[in-house]
Amino acid sequence: MTDEKEITLDRRRVVARILRERGDALLVTGLGSTTWDAAAAGDHDHNFYVWGAMGGATLLGLGLALAQPQRRVLVVTGDGEMLMGLGGLATIAVQHPRNLSVIVIDNESYAETGMQATHTRHGVDLAGMGAAAGFAQSITVLKDGELERSLPIIYQSAGPVLVVIKVTTTAAPTVLPPRDGTYIKNRFRQAVLGSEVFK
Amino acid sequence: MTAAGTGATRNDVWPDDIFAVLKAAEVGQVVYVPDAGHARLIELCQMDDGIKTVPLTTEEEGIAVLAGAWLGGERGVLLMQSSGVGNCLNMLAMVQECRFPFLTLVTMRGEWGEFNPWQLPMGQSAARLLRDMGVIVQPVNEAKQVGETVNAAARLAFDAYRAVAVLISQRIIGFKDWTTAGNAR
Repeated sequence: MTDEKEITLDRRRVVARILRERGDALLVTGLGSTTWDAAAAGDHDHNFYVWGAMGGATLLGLGLALAQPQRRVLVVTGDGEMLMGLGGLATIAVQHPRNLSVIVIDNESYAETGMQATHTRHGVDLAGMGAAAGFAQSITVLKDGELERSLPIIYQSAGPVLVVIKVTTTAAPTVLPPRDGTYIKNRFRQAVLGSEVFK
Repeated sequence: MTAAGTGATRNDVWPDDIFAVLKAAEVGQVVYVPDAGHARLIELCQMDDGIKTVPLTTEEEGIAVLAGAWLGGERGVLLMQSSGVGNCLNMLAMVQECRFPFLTLVTMRGEWGEFNPWQLPMGQSAARLLRDMGVIVQPVNEAKQVGETVNAAARLAFDAYRAVAVLISQRIIGFKDWTTAGNAR
């Protein structure tokens, strides 16, 4: 439970801070707030936004990480989206992709549907689940200093890495990136693989 | 496992035929939920250094993994049993909306000579559900036609950017042998 620990981190500031260090990393976001967070930090042709298919973001990141083993792959998703695909933690751990980092922006709420509690508000420990599944690193971040210390883990540690970042429920304005799936897919492939793949 | 009602050795090599097609199509990721019908094919893929095999906890995971593979420049295939089709439906929204190439090879249960009544609901509705989610369905009923059917499906998937499911009939896979303990699934 996190009741006794004060949550102060703001999701927009957290995601912007992480992405400031992205370099040539590839980014996958989960449906809802984490996609708006990434858009607020700046749309990018190395971003793939999953607008639906709840529970699939981390596994899409796995397939991408296996196909692009020389590049860092980040998945930034929410606690609700992660909870819908918990089996994926086991599937990812078994593959042990060294280049995959999963970041859960955990507000303990389903923000898109009215801020109902997710299981994490009732004490479910996602980082504990990642560790139990066999992630190489699996930590929870509560404070600014911990966020700064997590950055080299996110970008450089041998994965799979899971970083669960507790954030406030403060509402942030919705910022929409492109939503046409074929456009997002083809833009990403062109940026990562080049025009040759369309021939 | 026995192929009921058939006797020719030709009927036993269809998994090898599929493997040859997948290699020719340059498939790099094979994702699967373990299945008796696909056991031989999965073993062949696991032994191949050029193929990454990804066991899943549920079939829908595989759809997302293959979408990520395509984004990263690799082709993949999902191996599953007909009971797994129902697990995939919402994840297929990603395939349809993004027009990801998608190839799945489905071994059928609840279709022909099935003993377990719990397999019937998905076995009988798998093709319709796949079509409802925008997947082209190509059934195959004879062992000797499996290879060419998978080859044609791979072209539709990777060259024409479509979602395709090859349904491998229970006629080819054979009945479950219920006289042996431990075969309930």
